[in-house]
Amino acid sequence: MKTHLNTLYVTTQGSYLAKQGLTVQVRIDGKPRAQLPLHNLEGIVCFGRVGCSPALMGACADQGVAISFLTERGRYLASVRGASHGNVLVRRRQYRLADDPSTALDVARRIVLSKVANSRSVLLRAARDAEGAANRVAELQAAANRLSASVHELRGATSLDSIRGLEGEAATHYFGAFNALLSNAPASDTFRFTRRSRRPPLDPINALISFLYTLLLHDARSACEAVGLDPCVGFLHADRPGKPSLALDLMEELRAYVADRLAYSLINRRQVSADGFKLLDNGAIEMTDATRKAVLVAYQERKRDPLTHPFLAEKTVVGMLPHLQALLLVRWIRGDLDAYPPFLWKG
Amino acid sequence: MYVLVTYDVQTTSPDGKRRLRRLARACLDYGQRVQLSVFELKLDPALWASCRERLLSIIDPEHDSLRVYHLGSRWEGLVEHHGAKPGFDLEGPLIL
Repeated sequence: MKTHLNTLYVTTQGSYLAKQGLTVQVRIDGKPRAQLPLHNLEGIVCFGRVGCSPALMGACADQGVAISFLTERGRYLASVRGASHGNVLVRRRQYRLADDPSTALDVARRIVLSKVANSRSVLLRAARDAEGAANRVAELQAAANRLSASVHELRGATSLDSIRGLEGEAATHYFGAFNALLSNAPASDTFRFTRRSRRPPLDPINALISFLYTLLLHDARSACEAVGLDPCVGFLHADRPGKPSLALDLMEELRAYVADRLAYSLINRRQVSADGFKLLDNGAIEMTDATRKAVLVAYQERKRDPLTHPFLAEKTVVGMLPHLQALLLVRWIRGDLDAYPPFLWKG
Repeated sequence: MYVLVTYDVQTTSPDGKRRLRRLARACLDYGQRVQLSVFELKLDPALWASCRERLLSIIDPEHDSLRVYHLGSRWEGLVEHHGAKPGFDLEGPLIL
């Protein structure tokens, strides 16, 4: 049985990772700083100028430790993963199911339904926590009601395009209420959400959310690989060279519960502050190194939060969710389950 | 599970020094060094079996001693640390 293992994040510029026996050794300025056994790791994420020896890449590929390379700001560049030793029969079935329009429609609908439902749970949970701030509660509940309507419409949607349309609409409503998720205390202009912007993120909240999504994507992608699925053939997301569509599909259900909740509680608990962001010449907002580290720590801690999986009814931790959902996906693809059960959080 | 490995190796001979080096390297492959000849290993029972095999193949039972303490999975309540070199929590955030 797979357990939740740790992920090593390397953010120190100029560091080098080498294989030392059965361990990874992190060298900073040529001096060994840490040595970790590979069997304790699930993944390694390198930010910016971080080198990696071929021997280490080989050993990680062998042991199923995923290495991802990101820019210093957290934009995804590349990954190193071993040969796909996953089950070829499972992958063939995955392609067939993805090619079948009615099946793809059904899965896509399930995924988007759970995404919208989870977003709604996040809003309602925040509304309960915000008791006393009447205007915030009203705004959150109004947005939650609109999402309920989206859920209703999604049930009747008959094409992928209409599902994607409804998803976009629901996202607009959801993010429209994002400001109300922030408690009034740190209500400076720094943390005002206007609209979702990416590549580049134009305000601190967008920078924060985008960074968390990148981390979640690394985990979702690893989960797909680990259970033997092709992370690039999805149901909701269209095929495009290099696009990890299935990993993105898998992520949809988890965005609100894992990443968005963390983003706004980081702001509300003042674990990130206004001076932790800087404005670049092109209008993009970037996190400072200290903020990035604080977010990484918070994300890793979030992954250790316990919960009971709603479908499996098993005690687990948040960090296992991508893997468990990938496992359920594989069971459905193999025919062990009648339908894919997406993750539904009952806040 | 957590396992604590400690050893004493007789290093009067070149062969003893070699055994000491090999033991340290083997322990480092599976866990972290918390004191000079004290290691904490976090591994599953299968991996521990192969690790144990490897350690036993290195020592010379005539001159060396190897002690293993099984701390199980609830090791946090069993381990106290004071002073320098606190070591890092393998389950906590690993950011360098």
